Amino acid sequence: MNTEILGIILMYATVVVLAIPLGRYIGKIFNYENTWLDKIFNPLDKLFFKLSGIDPTKEMNWKQHLVALLTINVVWFVLSMLVLTNMSWLPLNPDANPSMSADLAFNTSVSFVTNTNLQHYSGETGLSYLGQLILMLWQFISAGTGIAICAVVFMAMKERTSETLGNFYSFFVRACTRILLPLALVVASLLVFNGTPMTFEGKDTITTLEGEEQQISRGSVAAFVAIKQLGTNGGGFYGPNSANPMENPSYFTNIVETISIFLIPMAMVFAMGYVLKRRKLAWTIFGVMTIGFLLLLIPSIYFEMNGNTAITQMGIQQQLGSMEGKEVRFGSAASAYWAINTTCTSNGSVNAMHDSMTPLTGMFTLLGMMINCFYGGVGVGFLNFYIFIILAVFISGLMVGRTPEFLGKKIEAKEMKIAMIIALLHPLLILVGTALSSFLYAGNPTEYAGWLANPGYHGFSEMLYEFTSSSANNGSGFEGLGDNTPFWNIACGLVMLLARYLPIIGPVAIAGILASKKYIPESNGTLKTDTATFGLMVFAVIAIVAALAFFPALTLGPIAEYFSLK
Amino acid sequence: MKNNIIPAIRLTLVCLVFFCGIYTLTVYGISKLAPEDSSFKKSESGFYENVGQSFTSDKYFHSRPSAVGYNAAGSGGSNKGPSNPDYLAEVQARIDTFLVHNPDIKKDEIPSDLVTASGSGIDPHISVQAAKVQVKRIAKVRNISETTIHQIIEQQSEKSLLGLFGTEKINVLKLNLKLDQLTTTLKQ
Repeated sequence: MNTEILGIILMYATVVVLAIPLGRYIGKIFNYENTWLDKIFNPLDKLFFKLSGIDPTKEMNWKQHLVALLTINVVWFVLSMLVLTNMSWLPLNPDANPSMSADLAFNTSVSFVTNTNLQHYSGETGLSYLGQLILMLWQFISAGTGIAICAVVFMAMKERTSETLGNFYSFFVRACTRILLPLALVVASLLVFNGTPMTFEGKDTITTLEGEEQQISRGSVAAFVAIKQLGTNGGGFYGPNSANPMENPSYFTNIVETISIFLIPMAMVFAMGYVLKRRKLAWTIFGVMTIGFLLLLIPSIYFEMNGNTAITQMGIQQQLGSMEGKEVRFGSAASAYWAINTTCTSNGSVNAMHDSMTPLTGMFTLLGMMINCFYGGVGVGFLNFYIFIILAVFISGLMVGRTPEFLGKKIEAKEMKIAMIIALLHPLLILVGTALSSFLYAGNPTEYAGWLANPGYHGFSEMLYEFTSSSANNGSGFEGLGDNTPFWNIACGLVMLLARYLPIIGPVAIAGILASKKYIPESNGTLKTDTATFGLMVFAVIAIVAALAFFPALTLGPIAEYFSLK
Repeated sequence: MKNNIIPAIRLTLVCLVFFCGIYTLTVYGISKLAPEDSSFKKSESGFYENVGQSFTSDKYFHSRPSAVGYNAAGSGGSNKGPSNPDYLAEVQARIDTFLVHNPDIKKDEIPSDLVTASGSGIDPHISVQAAKVQVKRIAKVRNISETTIHQIIEQQSEKSLLGLFGTEKINVLKLNLKLDQLTTTLKQ
């Protein structure tokens, strides 16, 4: 069998094998059960709470959870703005890089605090090492935020009636120290042992074999890359992210980094199964996610391995597949695999340039972000899926003529309204943003000529991709887009803010309201949610919402481009 | 909100010290334990083998086209779409240039990595086929037999991981260093 395909099977099999025990471990952490790492982490957590003056045992209701989350996120945003606009004179700046302009700092701060990591700057020239370090902090704690709030929803789904759902700070610190930290240390160690730089020295200059001068950017790359992969952050140390041979030096590191993308998002599903003692429900959800993921993955690999038809017509061999924007050490299949991984999970790191991929692969990456819950971002991916479950329960309930119930709680008008608003918010943000930018561009193509690196359908896809990526809190890009302008910085910044916090507030509100309702034990009349039939129902709801909302836009972009190349 | 601000600020500062400081320094410490040949360091030749270099002279194996001129302090790809006419013209020009430099090669022998720009612009590798199509030119310029050069390619090609996973490839810098070494020994 083709070694490129074998590599992909290896990566997927490994991540499933690792995610199952990790899910159990995460479940134990949120159930406050003992684990073998307690000896290290109990004292560490105690220290965190003592220094912060927080009582981790104080129970909170769903509103208090949200207030705590939003407050600490505001603090992060303010601190981030301060650092990014003052980097030039602050310490740890050996390459003398400049501070950011206000609009770029706004975009970058929002981007990293919301776990998006959309980058309108390039790491080598746009950030000091202090800037990189502070962004790395957001990579840890914005991922911790997602995991913590997902734990709150797990607590709310338990078989009981309760107003209080644990303590937000406690979940948050446990997520950061007991889940993200040990995994990041393991991944960073693998990277430094395989050729990724970890230094505080500035650029090095060498003379190449042909006698030219070449400058080489260095930095604390390994520490940064580990958490950007694990926390579905995705913001690279270098401009081209993990395509850069220092950020991702070999096929082996590529395996490690690719597995890191999927590990926690997948484990969260199994964690839910453990916390609620509903393993069958976890496997049903996992099954739906996996089928959706494979439907996006398989055609993408096929198209990338077949190469660009326009180049085939020039008489060039395409045995390697489409190689524009790709690295030889990964090959086209592993690049396509990464592309679908990173867009399904809201990670947004890349190991090949998505802008240069064949048209339909471009479409599948877009679809991954438009659906945004096939595994999804750490924690928040499950919240997105939760919304679709609520919708599916309601529709199924209507179809069979029963009161819709999920895990023993009646779903009523208020919850449905919230679920509908959240489900429609994502298409709204994407389509309005794309429509606005297209309108501006079409009205004055000369003034906005710097926006698009490619003409025609592909240019439209670049704008569509940018707003989709912002709204999915993904962060990857069709990077040909000239996006460091006030319009893109502010528009994408606002989209990222709305698309991060509303889809957290919505599901937490629904779960919180449901938790306080009376628990009705399962009976023969209950709609079973852990069956293949229900799984199919959820899948249908996801597919219909995505198709109705996005098909017209996709037709104008990637689909039109595909047929123009034929 | 009010009750949350002070704890939020304090918790942020604790996280700042821990994740920016202690975590980073731990990874830094671990990096010091890595053996010489597997960490990011200059090799004996004084080069970074992970970082691709531009090779355009006829006596060396050419590296892949780069959108950033092999600038390792501003790496990046072309971000050209597959249907962009300017881009396709550029690819055509690369094909023509290649055929001028390698007149013995037919167009359908050129692998796509030699006429497309990499994602990073500093891709250190080319495919094995991309090395093989350059052998005739180098043999002529350097006046060495083709068999010898094919041997070096065989020697230098990096098999897929465990022979099972991923691509086969060649590090262009290492290959060219070997080539220079060989020419020096032949002269002596």
